[in-house]
Order: sequence, then C-alpha cells, then structure tokens
Amino acid sequence: MKNFVEEALAQGKRIDGRDFLSFRKIEIVENVSKKAEGSALVKMGETKVIAGVKMDIGEPFKDSPNEGILIVNAEFSPISSPNIEPGPPDENAIELARIVDRVIRESHSIDLEKLFIEEGKVWTVYVDLTVLDMKGNLVDACVLSSLKALWNAKIPKIEDGKIVREEFSGKLPMVYKPVTVSICKYNNNFLIDPTDVEEELINAKLVVGVRDDDKICAIQKQGWGTFHISEIERCLDLAIEKSKELRRLI
Amino acid sequence: MQTRDIVLPGMYIEERKGRKLNNCYSEGEKVYSKVLGILKISEEEISVIPLAGKYIPKVGDRVVGVIDEVEVSGWWVDINSPYKAFLPIGEALEEFVDLKKVDLSRFYDIGDVIFCKISKVTKNKIVQVSMKDMIARKLFGGAIMKITPFKVPRVIGKGGSMIELIKSKTKTEIYVGQNGLIWVKGGKKEKAWECISTIEKEAHTSGLTEKISKMLEG
Amino acid sequence: MGKKTNIQLMVDGRRIDGRLPEQLREIEMKIGEIENADGSARVRFGNTEALVAVYGPRSLFPKFLQESDMAILRVVYSMAPFSVDERKNPAPDRRSIEISKVTKDALSGAVFLEEFPRTVIDVYEYIIQADGSTRVTAINAASLALASAGIPMKDLVAACSVGKIGDVLIVDLCGKEDNYSESDMAVAMMPSKGLITLLQMDGRLTKEEVLQLLKKAEENCKKIYEMQKKALLEKFKVVGED
Repeated sequence: MKNFVEEALAQGKRIDGRDFLSFRKIEIVENVSKKAEGSALVKMGETKVIAGVKMDIGEPFKDSPNEGILIVNAEFSPISSPNIEPGPPDENAIELARIVDRVIRESHSIDLEKLFIEEGKVWTVYVDLTVLDMKGNLVDACVLSSLKALWNAKIPKIEDGKIVREEFSGKLPMVYKPVTVSICKYNNNFLIDPTDVEEELINAKLVVGVRDDDKICAIQKQGWGTFHISEIERCLDLAIEKSKELRRLI
Repeated sequence: MQTRDIVLPGMYIEERKGRKLNNCYSEGEKVYSKVLGILKISEEEISVIPLAGKYIPKVGDRVVGVIDEVEVSGWWVDINSPYKAFLPIGEALEEFVDLKKVDLSRFYDIGDVIFCKISKVTKNKIVQVSMKDMIARKLFGGAIMKITPFKVPRVIGKGGSMIELIKSKTKTEIYVGQNGLIWVKGGKKEKAWECISTIEKEAHTSGLTEKISKMLEG
Repeated sequence: MGKKTNIQLMVDGRRIDGRLPEQLREIEMKIGEIENADGSARVRFGNTEALVAVYGPRSLFPKFLQESDMAILRVVYSMAPFSVDERKNPAPDRRSIEISKVTKDALSGAVFLEEFPRTVIDVYEYIIQADGSTRVTAINAASLALASAGIPMKDLVAACSVGKIGDVLIVDLCGKEDNYSESDMAVAMMPSKGLITLLQMDGRLTKEEVLQLLKKAEENCKKIYEMQKKALLEKFKVVGED
C-alpha cells in the first residue's frame, strides 16, 4: 500500500505543497518559562519542542578546571505522541540529546572559560529539551530552541557564594549560533525538514551542524540507509546554504 | 572465480547471463555472493553453499522434529530453526477425530520425535510440516544428536553412501534431517555417534570416507 | 573531543604513540572464539580490543516486537569496567546507548534482513580494552561475526576513525587523540560499493576538510576490508575432497 505522502514524494512533491528544500513555517516563542534562566519554544510546522536553560554552581572536571560545564538532556514527553510511554529516555531521545550536546560544545558556541567562578567552582549550564509534539525533524527543532534559549539566558547573581534567584549578573557568554540541517535521502533526491509521516518513508538522514563561519561542527548519519561520498558532499553544500535561514531566527 | 572457491559476502562472482541465483544477489548483470560459502557455478545456476548458518525450512526438506506444544487443531514442532513448524491434524492423521472427545496428545505428545516433510512455507516463513510422506513416521526411543545443518550432506555422503555405511556397520537405525537433527537407535549407537561427530568436525578435510571406514572396522 | 590540553599530540611529524599520521596501529583479527555463539570475532587495533558475538537469526519474543516481513537487528555495545583508566560502571550509559544505536544502523544496511521475517539477529559487542576508536573496532569485529554466522550481507562492513591535529590528517585515533584532537570522525562503509553506513563527526572543519577526511577514511576502510577478507578466508579454507 502506498500512501499519498509516498506517492507525492515519488513525483518530487510534498503533500503540504512545499518543495524538497523548504522548511515548514517556523515560529519561536521566547522566555516561555519565567523560572528558567533562558527558554524558547520552537514550532517547526506542527513539531513543537521546548528548551530551557538552568544554571547552578558546580565543580569543574579535573581535566578542565577553568571551564564551565554543559549538560544536555532530552525527553520525549508522553504528551508528544501516542507512541511514547512515560519512562526514562529511550535510545532515540538519548541520541538526540547527544547530538544537541555536540553541536553546542564542538562549535564552541558558549565561551566556557567565562563560566569560571573561583578555584573549584564553575557554572554548570543545563539545557533541558522536551519534545511536545512529535511531527518530524526533531533534531533541527531541538538545536534551534536550545540555541535560542542559550542566547536569551542570563547568569544568576551570586552573593556570599550562593545563587540569588531572579537576580542576574549578566548574559550567558555566547559566541556562535550553530544550527543543524538534517538532509534526508529519498531515492536519489534530497529533502529537508521532513514531517513525521515523511520520516517513516526515509531510511537515510544526514544531520549536519553548521557554525556561523560555515564550519561543520557535527555530523551524524541516521537510519540504515547509505550514502556515497559524492552524496555527502551535496548534503554538506545544502546544509551550509540552508543553515543561514535557521540562524537568522536566533 | 570458479566452482569450489570460497566466497564471502559482497564478493564479485561473474556475469549473470540469465541464470538462477542461490545465496547470491545481482546488481545489473553483476553477481555477488550474499554469504560465506562455497561457490558452485553451472549453466543453469550460480549458487553458493553456505559454510555456516541456521536451518531455514524449504518445501520438500525432510526433517527430524520434536513435538513442542499440543494445540486444539494440531502440534507445534521444534525443527532446530528460528521458525517452529505447525503440524495440522489433517496432515498427521488419516482417521476422523472428534476433537470434542479426543485430546491430541494421544497421537503425538510433547517430547515425541517425528521424521516429517516440510509441506508449506509462506513468504513470511509460516511453516507447515506433514506426515503424509512415504518415509515420514513417529520415531520411538532412540536418541537425537544435533549437527550444523550445512554439514548434513557430508553425513549422508554421495547417494547416501556414508550414512548407509555407518548404518550397516553399526547395525543402527538412523534418520538424518536436513535441519541438522539426527535420530539414532539400536546397535552400536555410540559408535555411530562417534562417526557422525567426526564427520561434522572434519567435514572440510579430505579422505573422510577412508577415515570413517577405519573407525568402523576398529 | 577537542578538550584543551598541554599534551603535544604531534612532535616532529610523529604521533603521541610514535606512529606516522596515516599509519594504522597493529591489527589482529580472530574469528570464532566464542563456542556458544552462531558467529564471533575478536578484533584488536593496538590497545583497543573488541569481542563480538552474534546470535541468530532466532525467534523473537514478545511477539509484538516482530516484524512480519523482516528480521530485526539488535546491537548492544558495552565496555568492560576494567577497559578504561578509571573503573567504568558496567550499567549502560548514554554514550553506550548511542553507540549501540548508530552501530545498529551501520550494520542493518548491509544485512539482507528480509530473508528472515519475524526473527531477531542479536549482535553483542564487548570492549575488553579501550584506547580510542572502540566503536569502529567493534564494527569491524561485528561484521566478521555476522559473516561467520552465515548471515547474508551485501558486503562486509569495514570501519575506521580519522581526525585532525593542527593541519595534519590522522587515521585510527588512539585514546589521547580521541580526547584531545580538534576534530574526529568515525566512518563505516561497505568498501566494495563505496557506500557509507556510519558517519559521525565532531570538531570544527570546513567542508573541504570533511571531504578530505572522508577520503582518508575510505582508503583505510579498504585496507581493513582486505584484512577482514583474509581473516575469513583463512578461518574457513576448505581442502577439497575426492
């Protein structure tokens, strides 16, 4: 049985009328949680994800005593799909969190050295992601909301070695605005920003993280499909080109 | 590449030229092996005989099976495969059975051994076996040994020569299933066991027939 | 990955363990050491060593996990608690779960899963000692284990890591290079088809640098592929009878 989505893709079309290399309508709501140091809700078409930043005083890692710590966590809320049950994150949520973590970390988007407080004390930056409506292209939506939340985030004030909540000492030291563009391979065509229904028909996806200076900061192949090197080159070109559209939104 | 060569998954064999493929795949005209095995090329077919792997049922194979579950309308049979086989009443019994009165375990019970034929395999590998075959039967007593399925042809030998030799010299009754299960009863059972184990271990060496003959004399 | 360090990763054109930039470590491949398994292999790259066992195809329960028209492939990657400097908790961590997932994707594309509907093929990877590049070492072993279990595949899967120190491209990263090089990439492919089945990269690279690294990875996967073939042929060589 072929569904309409599949029939459309086979003809180089999409049922929502987009061409293969267009994003759905993207809407960002900033500061959706007043208690968070920074937060953002991203609606990418019907997909909805929320990212929140919280900060705490922590101990630095032994091999980087002068740097703040980044911890990214992602969760598929049971709100988001009939297929998700409450419980600890599954392999897909874990992979998602780790990709977002690498994009933020490897792009050097946060100046972690500026998060040094004093000997043995640094800021820990928590980025918590929750998928609220699972309608496809979660990685791109999650990276976008994380970066938006981070760029909005303020550092809490410290008095007598303790955090004073709701008072701030400045903005989080952000440097870059990396985004990911996930390029999906369908037959010999490439498309971006797939819906959940399209994703079911796609078996090879290349998630590409791109920084403001067009440097690639992360790549992750997903699905059991395969890529030729020449196809990867094409994907990188597309990702670099399309990343600019997303970055403007941060 | 030629017959008897060992091939590996992905190894290029030769042009297809309209032939049938067994354990091979083609990309355009080019034929590649799917599995680790021994190549057999003929005018009709390019085939690879696997050197490892589980028994996957094929219609017509004769197998040794063990009754695993008794159901209302038949029996589930363990055939030493990822797939269990179903033996429906109609394929097992000639007489009419009133299912309201009779428990099917009266005919075959859990643990009973049968020699049967694979009668049906669907695309999704739903497997049916049948007792309606000349040499199908329930096997009473005896013992079962398990060997790797792809070594079965070695145990049987050319035209059954090897197994006949073992049977006659040890005065045993033996049923060899394509699925790697072998049922042995009577006579010098242990000797037969020893011979079959040797064949399994040394299936790849030459002079096997001679070696087995010697073992049987000794 | 890209941690700041005072460690000199490259001195006079030699790497921290004395290798040249494009030199693989000593590689050893052994097939069939786990008697119980349907297929198994042990692969060692220097001081990184993976033991892999394959069980299956076998029946899969509970039934709702079954796919009616194909087998499913499951991968569990785990590290021995003593395989690293500081004892590792044997419970699966997030890293292991992610590696298991990407490895499943890397191998599934090569296996003819449609030949075994309703079954499962289990691949268990165990890292005995870890000195960088564990996931690719394990994939090399997994591919050998699958082939030796008689599982039908389009091609063997060969894998290696590549990276960049300063302006120099390096292959087969050891532990320190894994931790401190600026960029690194893990690649698995079906070498005779030129098809990439696993690709993970992090760092900061231009598009051209990514492609250069990919080409290096492809070259070295081909070398590893030849060793895999040799290991299999040696193990299964048959002396003809009659």
